Amino acid sequence: MGDPVTVHPSLLVKDLLFAYPDGHQALHGVDLRIEPGERVALLGPNGAGKTTLVLHLNGILAPGAGTVEVAGMAVRKDTAQEIRRRVGIVFQDPDDQLFMPTVREDVAFGPANFGVPDVPARVAEALAAVGMAEHADRSPLHLSGGQRRRVALATVLACDPEILVLDEPSSNLDPVARRELAEVLLGLGRTMLMVTHDLPYALQLCPRSVILDDGVVVADGPTRELLSDTALLARHRLELPYGFAL
Amino acid sequence: MSAGHAHPLHLPRDSVVHRLPPQVKIVAAFLGVVCVVATPREAFAVFAGFAVLLVAVWVAARIPVVWILRRSVIELPFVVLAVLLPFTGPDPRIDLLGLSLSEPGLLGAWNILVKGTLGVLISLTLAATTPMRDLLVGLQRLHAPALVTTIATLMLRYLDVIAGEARRMHLARVSRGHDPRFLWQAGATARGVGALFLRSYERGERVHLAMLSRGWTGAMPVLVEDRTTRADWARGLAPVGVAAALAVTGWVIL
Repeated sequence: MGDPVTVHPSLLVKDLLFAYPDGHQALHGVDLRIEPGERVALLGPNGAGKTTLVLHLNGILAPGAGTVEVAGMAVRKDTAQEIRRRVGIVFQDPDDQLFMPTVREDVAFGPANFGVPDVPARVAEALAAVGMAEHADRSPLHLSGGQRRRVALATVLACDPEILVLDEPSSNLDPVARRELAEVLLGLGRTMLMVTHDLPYALQLCPRSVILDDGVVVADGPTRELLSDTALLARHRLELPYGFAL
Repeated sequence: MSAGHAHPLHLPRDSVVHRLPPQVKIVAAFLGVVCVVATPREAFAVFAGFAVLLVAVWVAARIPVVWILRRSVIELPFVVLAVLLPFTGPDPRIDLLGLSLSEPGLLGAWNILVKGTLGVLISLTLAATTPMRDLLVGLQRLHAPALVTTIATLMLRYLDVIAGEARRMHLARVSRGHDPRFLWQAGATARGVGALFLRSYERGERVHLAMLSRGWTGAMPVLVEDRTTRADWARGLAPVGVAAALAVTGWVIL
């Protein structure tokens, strides 16, 4: 298929439309292209369609029109399983993501489902990458918020995804845990799409940002540039926290 | 594989019994109960034999007898009914301590009491030597229906999460002056339970989405490949052999 030297974008979303069964039109034609190695922040007010978009990336929701491709593979019913391995979604509440009785079993859950070879080695590697190797046999219940978040990250890292999708990674974290998570994320060197309201965090982690409002991409550019455009932010119910200026 | 799930019926120790694979212990406990139930109720000495056998297992498992007996009071509400049988049972009657008691009733009560107690003690022994997580792994290896083990696994994880949520909601109610001391104040508690149900339901949906995202197809992957050796089975079923011999003896001596 095609020229072998062609590098597909990690994520390619084209003219994505979606309406919920109740008729609410959540996405009005979203276009987004993310190249391998990019770290992109997805910003936008509540109800802009961010979560809806994220659930399209691994085929949990099926678009009304438009396409999603992950590293050249179209998201369809018959590709869903491989797509879910390629798109590692870290959900906002680690308690939703971590459902197994021990950390080790939880991290092994994805690779075991996807039939990835040598699961124990993958698990060890993923836990080491987030600095949680020594907690493998504990229950997620007995971990701190920051530790839980890092384990949730390990559960998708173990599947070796093409792109990491993080939903509000800094929510409910104390300042130190927030910084530690940032260090882990920067150290991974992976393609990343980060959904967040935490604008300073977006600036720290993602060179590029995309603003989604009312189901369409309204701005796409270098994070610092977007965040210093006060008028643009205000139009889309975004603003830097008190005391911040760019 | 200690999951850190401390439950009050588990006694972490390092013993032969603790080290046995969970599926061996589940099978042994089940067969042990079958032996007890199959023994005729009049074979009094045989029941003493079962008791001695259990004590031997406790010694091997390094479980203090008092520790396990204290937990066996769990059985009390279930055997209360047995106390009534000697008074309400049919004739012939015998006089004991000035009371006229039904003989079949007495035997019936003894039957319930002794078999119930031994059954509870066997179950407690299983619980004391096997962490909850391992019990589930054991059931999975014994090919219990996948739906059952999945539900139990999720319950094990989320019971505490939901309990925590309930506690926070209770705190929030109390902080706003709620003090349910009278029946007519129970409404707020009832609505709290309803809200808790909805929240748990919504969480269930989110957990399901997160599981789908990691390739869930409807069955828990078997993550621990531990082969059970013949020696494990032999060790675990040895007490069952003794129990079976006791049960047979019971039928022979009568």
